[in-house]
Parts: sequence; structure tokens; C-alpha cells
Amino acid sequence: MPRFDSLVIGGGLVGSAVAYGLARRGLKVALLDEGDVAYRASRGNFGLVWVQSKGIGVPEYQRWTRQSSTLWDDFAIELKNETGVDVAHEHRGGVHICISEEDFAARRRQMEQLHLESGETRFEYEMLDHAQLKKLMPEIGPEVAGASYTPYDGAANPLYLLRSLHSAFLKRGGQYFPNSRVGALKAAPHDFTVTAGGAKFNAPKLVLAAGLGNKTLGALVGLNVPVEPVKGQIFVTERVKPILSMLTIWVRQMAEGGLLIGESREEVGFNDATTPDVQQFLAARAIKMFPFLRDVRIVRHWGALRVMAPDGLPIYEQSGHFPGAFVATCHSGVTLAAAHALRYAKFVADGALPPELARFSNKRFDVQNAA
Amino acid sequence: MFKTLPDAGGATVIVVINGAPFSAPLGCTAAAALLLAGAVPSRTTPVSGAPRAPYCMMGACFECLAEIDGAPNQQACLVPVVEGMRINRQSGSVATKI
Amino acid sequence: MSAAFDYVIVGAGPAGLAAATTGSSLGLKTAVIDEQAEPGGQIYRAIETVSARRPAHLQLLGDDYAVGADVVKRFRASGADYLPLTTVWQIDGGRNVFTRGNGRASRIAAKRILIATGAMERPVPVPGWTLPGVMTCGAAQTLLKSTGAVPAGRFVVAGSGPLLLLIAAQLVRAGVKPAVVIETRTNRLAALRHLPAFLSAPGYLSKGLNLIAELRTAGVPIHSGASNLRINGDDGAREIEYDWHGHTRREAADVVLLHQGIVPNMNLALSLRCDHQWDAAQRSFRPQLDAWGNSSVDGVQIAGDNGGIIGAQAAELSGGLAALAAAFSLQKISADDRDRQARPLRAKMKRHLGARPFLDALYRAPQVVAAPGEPDTIVCRCEEIRAGEIRRIVTEQGCPGPNQMKSFTRCGMGPCQGRLCGLTVVELIAESRGISPGEVGYYRIRSPVKPITLGEIAGLGV
Repeated sequence: MPRFDSLVIGGGLVGSAVAYGLARRGLKVALLDEGDVAYRASRGNFGLVWVQSKGIGVPEYQRWTRQSSTLWDDFAIELKNETGVDVAHEHRGGVHICISEEDFAARRRQMEQLHLESGETRFEYEMLDHAQLKKLMPEIGPEVAGASYTPYDGAANPLYLLRSLHSAFLKRGGQYFPNSRVGALKAAPHDFTVTAGGAKFNAPKLVLAAGLGNKTLGALVGLNVPVEPVKGQIFVTERVKPILSMLTIWVRQMAEGGLLIGESREEVGFNDATTPDVQQFLAARAIKMFPFLRDVRIVRHWGALRVMAPDGLPIYEQSGHFPGAFVATCHSGVTLAAAHALRYAKFVADGALPPELARFSNKRFDVQNAA
Repeated sequence: MFKTLPDAGGATVIVVINGAPFSAPLGCTAAAALLLAGAVPSRTTPVSGAPRAPYCMMGACFECLAEIDGAPNQQACLVPVVEGMRINRQSGSVATKI
Repeated sequence: MSAAFDYVIVGAGPAGLAAATTGSSLGLKTAVIDEQAEPGGQIYRAIETVSARRPAHLQLLGDDYAVGADVVKRFRASGADYLPLTTVWQIDGGRNVFTRGNGRASRIAAKRILIATGAMERPVPVPGWTLPGVMTCGAAQTLLKSTGAVPAGRFVVAGSGPLLLLIAAQLVRAGVKPAVVIETRTNRLAALRHLPAFLSAPGYLSKGLNLIAELRTAGVPIHSGASNLRINGDDGAREIEYDWHGHTRREAADVVLLHQGIVPNMNLALSLRCDHQWDAAQRSFRPQLDAWGNSSVDGVQIAGDNGGIIGAQAAELSGGLAALAAAFSLQKISADDRDRQARPLRAKMKRHLGARPFLDALYRAPQVVAAPGEPDTIVCRCEEIRAGEIRRIVTEQGCPGPNQMKSFTRCGMGPCQGRLCGLTVVELIAESRGISPGEVGYYRIRSPVKPITLGEIAGLGV
């Protein structure tokens, strides 16, 4: 039975980032992944490195996100140097478009709250009315009220990121085991044996990064991970010459020209089917935002399941009963990829999560606290 | 690249291919008209600008994408020609208008 | 904008037309939706136009084509609704069929759906196959049938399969000769054990032999046992290169017609999550169907070549069976009536299907076509991903299947949605991993199965 320094369960954006981060620190890592047909939240990722909507009322989350966004610049270069894959990272600020005046007013209040809560980190923003937004984005629709702008937002290509993380992980000596869904897990403090894909793996550290699978796996190591699926439906269009001038939510132009259009938020269990009513809704909203989209063809419509904790925040925890077992889940796998690879992996390697991540502990879900 | 048989007979219509008029058999598809006019390559790819032309003629391969009467990315093999139809080569990806 | 039918049939080939004729006669309110301008599918393409305007071509194209006229006539007289030049881009979980025709999107409610979208040519990924002038044999047939058009200059026909000799002969009859017919290796030995069944099936053997004789008489060279096909050119095909009898030959041509059999046109059925399984004999996926053509999805049937390659005659019969089953399920006929009417159809089908194992074995796509060896060969035409890269992603990055391959390379993400790369990608992964294509699986296909604008979607109104 091969022995590793750490096992990572889940080869998506979170797992591969943490696995790379561990391998990068010299640990011998086994990354266990499911097969070709798995839910894979990564497939629903827009690829935004988005800061301005995170942690309203939860300054720790805004800080963690902002940190990741700052680390991303060098992270992208590092990945390019390691693997030759350009993950198409851009960091030029973004706008959160508000279609109605009510949306605009509510957004202004949220931005002000983030600003007040930001303390030393200093969250700065600008509210742009229609005329101001139109100067930045001539393609904006006439019915759009305005937008909030911050300079912190960016984007990357989620699929290239995944490919690059996998490649970098392998180059650092990591071992990747696809078609290896966990069959059995034997846990003891700093001693974990996993049976997966017909083989056994053992290590003193275990990182659960299996998205929705973390709920069942967490229970095996004494971790309560109350994540539930939240479906998002997305379109991708035919390739179009560059047209979108700013990074924004709900519509995003990829480097190769196709536009991603999303997204719904549906709590319908483990169901990633596409539906005509949401299809209609997304098309209508996209056209309102950008009338040029009326004549653009979609070539694919799919659904993906986000991994969502009840409060929408990440869950980072080390098991009390089985120290050495960690969990990492979030619904912003691209935004937090840099933090996961460069900071969370360090905490796992060091064997302790710092106070700054205490807000994301799963203790917040304990029954006593709910009272 | 292709030619109509002398006994193919039938009416013709004038279509405009890349700005030049061409007499196409009534009822043929825009893709067939392109092949009859020798207007190949009929497009270049968005990925590398490689030259392409119709391949399957039955709507499966999407190689016959052309701009027809101002609308881009039309599967030309599924569009029957009509008098005055404008069929244009498509270079790379679609340009949109604000 | 919205309409409702008992029986909505997608595809106006022999299976769809026969199903519509039968279904209508049994009292089902039936609609046939098809992308082409006339009924007939691919095999009977433009049969009405040819019969009316170019009747001399009926003889040129042969009896197997001419019989289509009756199938179409019966359909026209059946009273079924017919929506030509209309694309089905989506079918939802409630059996609503989403169409696009005349520049407008529509929604049609259906109690039962028959998918009869037939087959398409198996992709033939050889070096240079993306050059202008390289087309399928089926494309040349379509041009001949629908437009009376033939190659204008030097052309060759290359590959393997029944259609290869047929199109070569049809073009000879039309007055243009291929410079050479290049036949890649067939599997005579493997096919031999199916010979008796083949010989007892109606007329298939004599057809094949007659075509060969016809080509020989016309002085068309047939180079059998060829390999290592490569097409050279810059802006278009200039020549085809191949190995034959120990030598490398080059034949100048600006049109190269390729063929390597046909495979089910799966995307609509896959988008509905109809279960499919690997068919090793036909070297493609086929849907899981019962004896009536019912798929794994309630209320959705599949008939004709879409259910696995069975040929035009058997396709027509399978359409009739599907309609009987649909009529029974909607209580238009009793089980006894259904079974009684099915009996002669099944008897005829059995005889036609007798020829299949031999043809499947003889013309089974060789490994080098299924999984190209040359690393520079383009596999995904839309995204220009090559065979070497796909193999490397499997061996170096451990990519297990086509969906992860899609994520890693964009392979299969272009407008054709995997129609021209899917089978090749599966075979490359299977070969690299040392497992069967059935174990590898296929792309997860999503709607829209044909592109649709956001404006057309928004204009639908739910």
C-alpha cells in the first residue's frame, strides 16, 4: 500500500488547488478523483475572480476573498511558468450591473456596508448611473439603471485553470488517481486509509475537497459538512468577436470569443437538468442587459450544482476527533484558487488553521449556536 | 469545384456570392451554390483562420457556415436559395453590432 | 406559435415517413418535422424533384433510390402535418418539441415522440481531411440528387463501404469518372462466417458485384487494400497520397470523396438522456430500444438508422412498428391488432436484417480510421484539436473520458457538438487506456442540439 504525506479527495477546482499547494511545499500527495461522469461544480463556474459581492456582513469573508484576488496576479504567472498553460487571468476591475432602480439602490447600500466593515483593508467602490456605465460599456442596454464598480475584480478561464493545476500538481511529483471514488475510509488521528478505485491509500493527512461529496465523507472523519446542491443553469454562445468591454456578472466573454450567460439559483436537490422556464428567463435578462445578444446563438445550455453551505460561506475545518483530516468547500472555486493553493495548503501542511479562518469553522452550524 | 449536369434543367435564380452575381439552380442550397460557383474556401475558422468548405452537406458538420442575407453562422446547406440572396464568406468568428 | 399533436416525428426519411403514414392511418394526429425542403431524408433526398424535373436521373441513381417515390407518395396522402425547413433544437422533459423555422422559434406539445433523424457518415480523420474539396460520399450523392451536380474537375473516391462503389457508379452514369476508387482494407475473413445469412437476404450480393463490374467496364481503376491515406494541399485539396501494393501513390484531385460507413446521428436522443450502449459490430453507440423502438425515456421512440444501422428498407419497417406501438399506447388500437399488423413487418425486417452482420463485419471501420495514429491529424474540426494532443492528455494527465477531455481541451465544444469528433475521441481514449469504447462512454450532449438565438428563445413565451 503506497504511503503519502497527504491524500486529497476531489480533483475539481478546490481539490486540485490544495493538492498543488501541498505538492508545492514538498509533500507527497495523492489526488483521488471520480470518473468521467461526475457532478463537478467546476463545470458551472463562470471563471470570475469576484470580490465586490463577497462577505456583506461578514468582513472575514471579504478579507479572505480580497487576499486571494491579490495573490492571483502572481499565481497566474506561476502557473504559466510551471505548466505553459495561460489561464487567461485578467485583473481590471468589474461592474455588478443593476437592471432596475430598486436593484441599484439596494446595491449602493450593500457597497456602503462593505466599505464601512472593511476597516484597514479599505474597500472602495463607485456607483455608476446609466450614463456613466454607458461610457464604460457602450453595449449596455437602455433599460439598465446602473452598476457598482470596484477595481478588485478579475477573471480567469476555469477550464484552463483546472488543466493547469492538474499539470502543475503532476510536475511537482503529485500522483493523480482518476476513476477513484472513495469506497471505504478508515480514520484514526493522523492516520487515514482510503480504499478507492480498487486500491488502498494511506497518509497522516487527509483533505476533503469533494464538493457535495464532503457531506458523506465528512461524517466518516467526525466533521459535519452541511452542504447542499444549488443548481445554476448557464448558456454558452457561438464565438463572437470581442464585444464585452468590462467584466461583469451574468454575462462573460471568454478569450476564444464565446459568451457565458447565467445563472439561476435553484434548490432542487441533485438535479442538474436544464429547464425551458429558466432558459427563457436567462435569455430575456441577458438581452435586457446587452441588446446585441438578441442575434447571438447559444450552442449549449447546461446545469451545474454549486456546493452551498447554509450561509453561503466556505467551510474550513480540521476534525477534532481525527486531527489531520481537513475539509475545504466553497462556491467560488476560481476566486479562491490562489488562497487555496498558497495559503490553505500551508495551513494544512502546518497542521493548524489560523484564527482568521475561524469564521469559516463548521462549529457555526452546531445546534447550540443556532439558539 | 462542382458543375450541374446538362440535363439538370430547371429554372435558375441570381444570387450574390461575395459581391459577385451567380446563376444558381432554383431549389439548390446556398452551400451547393458556393460549390457550383467555385467560391471555396467558403469560410476561415475562428481558431486558426484555416480554410474550410462544405463537408457533409446534411447539416451535421457545420463547415458550411456562411453569412446569408446579413445573418452570420447560417448552415448554408440547409438554406434553399432565393432570388437576390446574398451569400458571403465568413472570416473567423462572428462580428456583432451594438 | 404553440400547437399540439398525438405523435410528433423528427425526421422525414423512410422511418419517419412510414411511421407518419401508419400513425395517421390509425387515427393519431401526426406531425413530421424535418430540416430539408422535401421529404425523403438522406437516402431518398429530393425524390419528388428528381421524379418531376429530372426523371432520367431515377435510372442513374438506381432502384434503391427510385423506390423512395412510393414511400413519399404514401406520406403525402396520409394527412399527417408536414413541417419542412424546420429544425428541432430541443425536446424538454414534458415532451414539448422546440422548433425553429422561418426564422421563428415555436413549441409543439406531443403525447408521443419518434426520433428518426437517421444516420450520418462516420468521420474519416485522415491528414488533410479538413481541406476544402474534401467531402463525404454522401455529400456528393446529395449534390447529385438535389441539384443534379457533379464534380467539375479531377476527383477520387476513397475509403470503404457500400456507398463507396455506389456513388462512384452513379457518377460514372452521370458522365464523370473518378480518377481512381481507393478502397481501404476490408475484413473478408471476419465477414465470411456471416456469408450464408447475407446470401439469403434479398439481392444485396448481386448489387455489390454489379457495381464492381460496372466500374471495371467503365475503366475506373479500383485500388483495393490501400492504406495510409493523406490529402495534401494548401487552400484546398490538391492530391491524395496512399500506399498500395507496397508503393506510395499520388493522385491529383481537387475533390476527394471519403466514406467509411454511416453511424447513428445521436445528438437529439442523447440530449433527452436516452440510454445508449456500445455496438462493437457497428463500432458505434446505439440507443437501447425494445422490439417496438421504445427508448429508455417514457413516450420517446427511436426508429430507422438512428437506432443502429439497418438500411432503408428495414428503416421503413421499423417506422411502421413504432407507429403501431404509439397507437396502442394511446389506445387507438388493441394489443391484438397491433401484434397482428406487426407480424408481416417483422417477417420482412428479419430478412433485410440478415444482410447486416456480413456488411458490418466486412466494412467494419479499421482501427487507424477509428483512432488515427498520425498525431497531427485533426480530430475536432471545430476547435482544431489533434489526435496527438488527445492521446497525450490521456497518458500524461490521466484524463479518463470524453467529458473531462472536453474540459481540458475544448474538444467537442464547437458548434457541431461532437458529431464529427465524438466517436474518434472515444476510440482514442479507449486505445490509450486499453479498454473498450463502451467503458469509456460518450460526451454528455445538451440542448440546444442546433444553435438558436437568445432572441428566438426569449420570444417563445413559456
